[in-house]
Amino acid sequence: MTTLGDYLTVSGVLFAIGFSGVLLRRNVIIIFMALELMLNAANLSLVAFSRFRLGDDGLPNYNAQVLVFFIITVAAAEVAVGLAIIVALYRARRTTHVEDINSLKF
Amino acid sequence: MGIAGAFSFHPILHYSTTPLNLMPSFLFWLFAIVMLVFGAAVVINRNPIASALSLVVCFLGLSALFMSLDAFFIGIIQVLVYAGAVMVLFLFIIMLLDLRAEERRKLNWIAFGGGFLVAFSLLVQILAVIGSTRMAKQTFPPLASPQTDDVRSVGLVLFGNYNLPFQVIAVLILVATIGVIVLSKRQLR
Repeated sequence: MTTLGDYLTVSGVLFAIGFSGVLLRRNVIIIFMALELMLNAANLSLVAFSRFRLGDDGLPNYNAQVLVFFIITVAAAEVAVGLAIIVALYRARRTTHVEDINSLKF
Repeated sequence: MGIAGAFSFHPILHYSTTPLNLMPSFLFWLFAIVMLVFGAAVVINRNPIASALSLVVCFLGLSALFMSLDAFFIGIIQVLVYAGAVMVLFLFIIMLLDLRAEERRKLNWIAFGGGFLVAFSLLVQILAVIGSTRMAKQTFPPLASPQTDDVRSVGLVLFGNYNLPFQVIAVLILVATIGVIVLSKRQLR
């Protein structure tokens, strides 16, 4: 049988993959995808806890699933705005490489 | 129970006395490994389109894991919103910007090593915390009824306890829509 720890481990590894993507890659769009990976890793551990800690009626704790629903909604809105910003950035600077976007650098 | 319940359409299967414990475990590891491999492929690939397609497969595996946790509604939403809408948006933008595979640049090895070290130590920390808690070694308790109509239950909680946050989310999406239109209309100089 799978334990809670298995799900949490998978979630933690996925989060670490996303985190390393944000730190190591320098293409803005890939960084954005890695952010999505991190959000989904958090969702996985939320759903695992929802299934683990049953409510009084013996069903999963649906508060956690509603929180996951909110996270997915906010992430979708965030993707739309973020990609619009990337397109605007690309129009202005003709690049998606973070090392070329250094006009704020001292 | 779990994924076996998700894939069995015959209601008799739920009440059978033979244990179905081995199968969910096997499917769990299958989908978990698929998800992690393609998640790593998102970060490793140099071609943005290959990264985006790996992300789709990663989200499909994640959705299967949600279903193995009896969260069918969240699993379906994951496929619809992420694998459907968000990834189409990503692919559209990649095609719009006409991005090619990244050319190799001189790597800043100190920054690369530092970033890798930080991410790796985060992973070690997470695994140490999970390994040290007693709760993580417990299996999932059985549900009271084999069939959860979780769309109804999520809906009751969403429109009952969380009605105000739900409407705030609606305003957030409206603001995001207006923001995207403004960003794409005006030339940013």
